[in-house]
Amino acid sequence: MSAIDELFQQLKSEGKKAFMPFVTAGDPNLEFTAAMLERLDAEGCHLAELGIPYSDPIADGPVIQASYTRSLQGGTKLNSIFSMASEVTAEISMPIVTMVSYAIIYRMGIDEYLQQAIDAGISGAIVPDMPVDESDELAAKCKSLDFSLIQLITPTTPRDRALQIAKQTTGFIYYVSITGITGERTELPSDLADNLRWLRSVTDLPICVGFGISKLEHVEVLKSVADGLIVGSAIVRRIAAAANDQSNKEEVMNDVGGFAQGMLAAING
Amino acid sequence: MTSHFLPEPSPDASLPDGKGRFGEFGGRFVPETLIAALDQLETEYYQSRNDPAFQTELDVLLRDFVGRPSPLYFAKRLTEHCGGAQIWFKREDLNHTGAHKINSTLGQALLTIRMGKKRVIAETGAGQHGVATATACAHFGIPCVIYMGEEDIRRQQPNVQSMKMLGAEICPVTTGSRTLRDAVNQAMRDWMSSVAETHYILGSVVGPHPFPLIVRDYQAVIGRETIRQSEERFGRLPDAVVACVGGGSNAAGMFYPFVAETDVPLVGVEAGGESDQPGRHASSLTFGKPGVLHGSFSYVLQDEDGQTDDVHSASAGLDYPGVGPEHSHWKSTGRVEYRSCRDDEALSAFDLVARNEGILPALETSHAIAKGMEVAKERGKDEVVVICLSGRGDKDAGEIQRLKNEAAARRT
Repeated sequence: MSAIDELFQQLKSEGKKAFMPFVTAGDPNLEFTAAMLERLDAEGCHLAELGIPYSDPIADGPVIQASYTRSLQGGTKLNSIFSMASEVTAEISMPIVTMVSYAIIYRMGIDEYLQQAIDAGISGAIVPDMPVDESDELAAKCKSLDFSLIQLITPTTPRDRALQIAKQTTGFIYYVSITGITGERTELPSDLADNLRWLRSVTDLPICVGFGISKLEHVEVLKSVADGLIVGSAIVRRIAAAANDQSNKEEVMNDVGGFAQGMLAAING
Repeated sequence: MTSHFLPEPSPDASLPDGKGRFGEFGGRFVPETLIAALDQLETEYYQSRNDPAFQTELDVLLRDFVGRPSPLYFAKRLTEHCGGAQIWFKREDLNHTGAHKINSTLGQALLTIRMGKKRVIAETGAGQHGVATATACAHFGIPCVIYMGEEDIRRQQPNVQSMKMLGAEICPVTTGSRTLRDAVNQAMRDWMSSVAETHYILGSVVGPHPFPLIVRDYQAVIGRETIRQSEERFGRLPDAVVACVGGGSNAAGMFYPFVAETDVPLVGVEAGGESDQPGRHASSLTFGKPGVLHGSFSYVLQDEDGQTDDVHSASAGLDYPGVGPEHSHWKSTGRVEYRSCRDDEALSAFDLVARNEGILPALETSHAIAKGMEVAKERGKDEVVVICLSGRGDKDAGEIQRLKNEAAARRT
């Protein structure tokens, strides 16, 4: 059983939902990312998504794109991300999964990537540009290593295909709330809850919702129909303030910490 | 009606396979959000190939609106200058809008209507695909948005003006290197949000399946006409065929009908930029490795972490770090030979053709001409080399003058 399976089993037994923040590795530098992950863990976040910066992210809106650019311009390399992760995962209890382009996994080699990620204490991967049709090899290797391969289902996914994706997924299903790219939204689609209820009725996997989520109102709508919520841009936007002004890191840390507290309270309060 | 212009079953019709692969290359590496639209596009495209009304409509447009067939022209003075094989140009520059791009945008605009979609987006580098898309959309009355890198807007002003006059909205792309690659990223992001109502008219044989298939098939009119015209003029096929390769659409269209004609050597010409150093060229097949970019598994210029390299070419249309998956397949099977041509070689070829033939070729095309002359010099006088004259160079006049002034300043 993977760390992610254990997490959701425990949450289920406690009647709780997961809050899952996203941070970009190396934005503005890896030392900051390490401190931020430790802070989010201390606040009680359940799992963190670590974004591996990529030069050509097509599923990401301006906020996360800009964070990737900042990180890469700062010289972040894959091996330094893994070094940082291995130090942090030794200290924290929340599992970490990477959000990573298949371009990066392929270049390193699937076996090598998985080995390095596992050695760094990372529990799974979300590969946003690798649809289920292309995922056989990676899914088989992840399964044999008990490394979660979290796949995405979207509002444009036909239902028969959603079933096929659910079968290939381990850890949890990432349900994309909107048809679009990452970024904060004021409103979520009206049929989101219905779609989640349908998915709930056909799979036993935990279902976590991401893209667009940033507000406490969103939590109210979703907490009854999802097992976890993922928040990216709303956090990365706050972290951008540290990139622009290196002197206010403590302030940014507190800002993000406070935001996470608020979301956690809304989800499980 | 039997089409003069449209795809017939080809000896290589088994590719791409059911997963959109040309050998190991191709596939679909895009977010799940886009998969349903790609499935719909694939289904509608295959159905349209067997729909006589659709084929007739496109056929008539290619004849009366584009002006096909494009001539096969003997470049007599250039041939004499080189002193080798006869050089013939396949005149795609004489198409309406001045390049091969219109062959694909009309077909894709018809597919847009067939799918019931109400809006078109496209990326453009040199602006030729943008102009061809804006033209097709104006013809059918479809609103269109063109993504173009700021650097390309600067160096291809005449095409920017044309697109605006044709009613297209231009979205300047200010991220990354502000060139073609970034324009593709931005168009894909638009499509992520607009996919239900919008068709993305991709300009080259790149991107996720079925784009490399569809664009190749619409461009294959170039090669089919060349075969027919060669048989009429020479009573046989050419002895070599040369085309430039950025993403590779004019080359794929020229080469595809020749692939089964294994006696005919095919030469693709990539942008060699200023040097072989990373970041100073755009020769993905010559210097790159297989990897993933823009939804497809193909040769790509990347660093050891999988981050896309910066690239350079004087020509905006070839200034791209990837290449169509079918070209990667042809490279791996050895069916096509790929050469790399430097900026200065292309500029010299431009001058030579302008002054000896009275034709201003596009800077992209000038790469093919430079290496086509090399191929001609390697061959005897009774042989025939066909170069795909993919586009006209009026758009480049200002930029070429600027590059010449720069070079002159360096010399003094």
